[in-house]
Amino acid sequence: MKQFLSFFSNYKKAVIVSSILVVADVEFETVQPGLMSMIVDTGVRHKDIGYILRTGGLMIFLSLMAIAANAGNIYYSSIASVGFVTDLRKGLFAKIFRFSFSNIDHFTSASLTTRLTNDANVLQDIVMMSLRLLIRAPLMLISAVVIAIYINRDLALIIAVAIPVLGGSIFFILRRGIPLFIRMQEKMDHVNGAVQENLMNMRIVKSFVRETFEKTKFARFNDDLKKIAVSASGTVVMVMPVMMLVMNVSIVAILWFGGRKIMAGSLQVGELMSFISYITQILMSLMMLSMTIMTFSRASASSGRILEVLNASVDITDSPAAVGKNLTISRGRVEFKNVFFKYHPEAKEDVLKHITLVIESGQTVALIGATGSAKSTLVQLIPRLYDVTRGVVLIDGADIRDYTLDNLRKGIGMVLQQNELFSGTIAQNLRWGNPRATEAEMRAAARDAQADDFIEAFPDKYETQLGRGGVNVSGGQKQRLCIAMALLKNPAILLLDDSTSAVDTSTEARIRSSFRNNRKGTTIVLIAQRISSILSADKIVLLDDGAIIAEGTHHELMASSNAYQDIFYSQQPKEKVLP
Amino acid sequence: MSSPPRLTPAGLPGRRGAVSVEKARDSRQVIRRLWIYLHHYTSLLALVFFLVALNTAATVGGSYLLRPIINKYILPGNWAGLTRMLFLLLGIYIAGALAAAGQSRLMVIVAQKAVRDIRTDLFSKLQGLPIRFYDTHGYGDLMSRFTNDMDNVSDSLNNSVTQILSSAITLAGILGLMLYISPLLTLVTLVIVPLMLWVAAQIIRKSKLFVMQQQVALGITDAYIEEMISGQKVVKVFSHEADALLAFDQLNNDLKEKSTKAQMYSGIMMPVIQNLNTINFALTATVGGLLAILRGLDIGGLAAFLQYSRQFGRPVNEISSQFNSLQAALASAERIFQVIDEIPEPPDAADAIELTAVKGDILLDHVTFGYNPDKIVLKDLSLHAAPGQKIAFVGASGAGKTTIASLLPRFYDIQSGTISIDQTDIKNIKRDSLRRSSAIELQDTHLFTGTVLENIRYGRLEATDEQVINAAKLVSADSFIKRLPQGYQTILESDGNNLSQGQRQLLNIARAAVADPPILILDEATSSVDSRTEENIQTGMDQLMKGRTSIVIAHRLSTVRNADEILVLEGGAIVERGNHEALLQKKGKYYALYTTQFD
Repeated sequence: MKQFLSFFSNYKKAVIVSSILVVADVEFETVQPGLMSMIVDTGVRHKDIGYILRTGGLMIFLSLMAIAANAGNIYYSSIASVGFVTDLRKGLFAKIFRFSFSNIDHFTSASLTTRLTNDANVLQDIVMMSLRLLIRAPLMLISAVVIAIYINRDLALIIAVAIPVLGGSIFFILRRGIPLFIRMQEKMDHVNGAVQENLMNMRIVKSFVRETFEKTKFARFNDDLKKIAVSASGTVVMVMPVMMLVMNVSIVAILWFGGRKIMAGSLQVGELMSFISYITQILMSLMMLSMTIMTFSRASASSGRILEVLNASVDITDSPAAVGKNLTISRGRVEFKNVFFKYHPEAKEDVLKHITLVIESGQTVALIGATGSAKSTLVQLIPRLYDVTRGVVLIDGADIRDYTLDNLRKGIGMVLQQNELFSGTIAQNLRWGNPRATEAEMRAAARDAQADDFIEAFPDKYETQLGRGGVNVSGGQKQRLCIAMALLKNPAILLLDDSTSAVDTSTEARIRSSFRNNRKGTTIVLIAQRISSILSADKIVLLDDGAIIAEGTHHELMASSNAYQDIFYSQQPKEKVLP
Repeated sequence: MSSPPRLTPAGLPGRRGAVSVEKARDSRQVIRRLWIYLHHYTSLLALVFFLVALNTAATVGGSYLLRPIINKYILPGNWAGLTRMLFLLLGIYIAGALAAAGQSRLMVIVAQKAVRDIRTDLFSKLQGLPIRFYDTHGYGDLMSRFTNDMDNVSDSLNNSVTQILSSAITLAGILGLMLYISPLLTLVTLVIVPLMLWVAAQIIRKSKLFVMQQQVALGITDAYIEEMISGQKVVKVFSHEADALLAFDQLNNDLKEKSTKAQMYSGIMMPVIQNLNTINFALTATVGGLLAILRGLDIGGLAAFLQYSRQFGRPVNEISSQFNSLQAALASAERIFQVIDEIPEPPDAADAIELTAVKGDILLDHVTFGYNPDKIVLKDLSLHAAPGQKIAFVGASGAGKTTIASLLPRFYDIQSGTISIDQTDIKNIKRDSLRRSSAIELQDTHLFTGTVLENIRYGRLEATDEQVINAAKLVSADSFIKRLPQGYQTILESDGNNLSQGQRQLLNIARAAVADPPILILDEATSSVDSRTEENIQTGMDQLMKGRTSIVIAHRLSTVRNADEILVLEGGAIVERGNHEALLQKKGKYYALYTTQFD
């Protein structure tokens, strides 16, 4: 809870004013029935028109004041709750973007999005409700009880019975109802999951003619949901009738005992009337309170999810030493010294084992190996997307943990296996690499990535909109744009994780040759499936199950490594085709 | 003596406020459509309405009894009479509570059954829509019809209908009895109530605008959040965090400004109406007191009247807020019905035939096709695949290879030319029968939540466990499946996130294998399998293709070498064709592609 309070710091005034205004509003409203009883018991009985006008005038004045207080409360509670959630969202966003890859993997993108959108909005509602109702309901209850006791102590005993009866019944109903609602939410998730999956897999559904099968599957989920919805809603709707019954029985009791008192002369009619108003107010406040609490309990899941993000410890940060040294990458020599890595500390097996590898400045080094041999993992250690478990990675002779993350990543260009483009123009996307790049630099990068031709073919060229409402680029075009983006950084080290898999072979060959000619000083580490992509590399590193099993040039490996030969021949034409 | 307040969380001020923005374009039509789902329950609904009326009458009538109770029994001191009257009142209230309980329960049942039926219809409809529909409708948009819109309809059916009815009866009843007690005093209410309605209308008008602005800003912010978070790894790799935060800050502050206004206006309505009602009460008490002195208004009548004036605000509030949520629900229902009204895949021709014992002879005769008629993707394409042959398509991305895979199962109809299987135009074959004759596997893998076993069995539902395992063995998937935590019983998460792309592709191929179709269409089905594994499955694939006609689309030319005919596509037209050797000798496009891949 403390973390949440800090997000109110800019809105303390609004919170305080809005709370004071609630108190004023409640008191102005609560005295009304009491004043009314005075009109009846004093004004009407003594036929005192002046008294009636004076008291009535006071009532009207107070209710006008209540309007003002109420409007003020809405004004300040809106400012406080919206402001709170704005600052909260900002804090969350900033925190999430400090996350390391393992933090992201732990939470998953989808769930982080939900926390930042839906969950934050739920909290906004809750704060608003608290500022508007959480003080009002108990205060109204207490004020009305006090006035009721003041009017008649004996009759107030009815209230003492009614409150626990109603409170108990609501508690009982909700205790049954809330678990049902939780189960209903689960069933709802099943239905939505089934729909989502069905929509995404529609081509498969149709090509296997599984429409009927899918309908049957869905009908089961749908029926389950209906059943639980009927019992969940059916339970909770009982709150209203129970509340009415308790209230009305209390009123009958008041008329019974109050009637006797009036006959005995110890109570007046106006007082009886106001008593009825007060018990109505008390029981309704009680119900409002319990409903607020119920909404709170529903929101506790959301606040829990947000706290998880706020409290998560970011495992990759700048060390104070790194900030002091302020090293930058210049030559781009990479060295792995006996590196071990696993994603989870508690995992039994290491994903990377005994990795010792030197990549000289300006070299092109290719990593190959079967699916699951941890090629991507190895590359991701270089820009500290993950931290090594044991051993050390050095760049230009310094431990990468001695660079600040910003300096480290500024010196490294990387294209991820699943690289994304963002909405905006092509130019805006490319400039992610370097916001201050000139037009000429941008085009040069695009040319080297073999992207210039197709960009120029779009009607709006570099100003073409991508993403929502823009053009859709093919997989190969997307990869080339991502490479251009990375090239624009003009990095000392370029990491390409299978980033030409969707590019056809002749274009890929042109990319390679432009790298050779125009990016001479750049250290390139690339992962590829096609052997043709790596033949010309200065060094080829063969990984198997997280360990380096061979390294050398193509020719060296052909001579020394059976595993490499296997891969080579598996991709070669069976018959000799070249003239 | 009080009408029921409605305090479900939905009625509290929320993010969307109490004000809906959208309106159905044709409300009457939508209501008629909804009625189709409700009319099975006509007698239940009649009972619901009867109970609503009974409950409301008990509440309103019960309050009126205050008048005789005070006038005839309490003031004259008639103890026995008071007891009798109070028993009567107790009976009325108990009956009212029972009616309220019954009404709420029954309405929930009716509403949830109707909503289930609507969901079923929507889902069934989606199964019958052409692929073209899915090309043009975002998946998020369809999901939101299933979730948000369906929730709106469900909430509204649960509550709004009965609430509006009961509020209307309450208002009419109260007004009638007020007039009966004192027409003069009723004037006070008649002045205040139109004022309340006017104020409410003004607030709603204003807040609609702000709520709409808020929704737009919220949509933009949420979209930005989603995009940035899903691309977060790229953001980090490019050290773009600071810029992302800066842009977010702008959106966030804009949202704050609009949201604050929206919350103020939409939040203010309920309390203001409540307060106006307090003024009504104050005025009524004052004027009532004067009338009691000057015009002899009886005290019991004044008491009942004051009860009514306290109750008056609630149904007014209720009607305006429920009316709003009803409007939102109608707009939602309209969006749902729009999908239900989409034109499904045209029915099979009356004389369409069922394919039996498919040989797998495929003929494309001068086929021309474009997703838009004015943007042709495939031009005048002809090919013949004899039963058992393997035909391969190669070419750069964007050449139209994938399109061909969508035409054979008739996901789209071609603009001109004919496609036939076993000499029958596919337009004259029943769709189900056509699609059953072939299995398609795509580059983007599609798996379902369920076990590995169930996923492979999707190809043929009646396949035994043994047949499934054999299929997996055939395509070299068996070894990695066995290494999964629970082997074949391992539950795959939605779309198989716990598997690598290559493993997912293997499962897809196994699914096609178990389907055992006469025709196989493989669209880059092994692109993410590493080359050593691919060599392993190549034998399996060759086994699988034996005796079947297969259409293979591939990037990696090693997979298509043994095809009977290789077609090189460029810009939607075939530019070269022939078998591997012939094409190499030709030293044309294929030769160029092939040699760059293996230089």
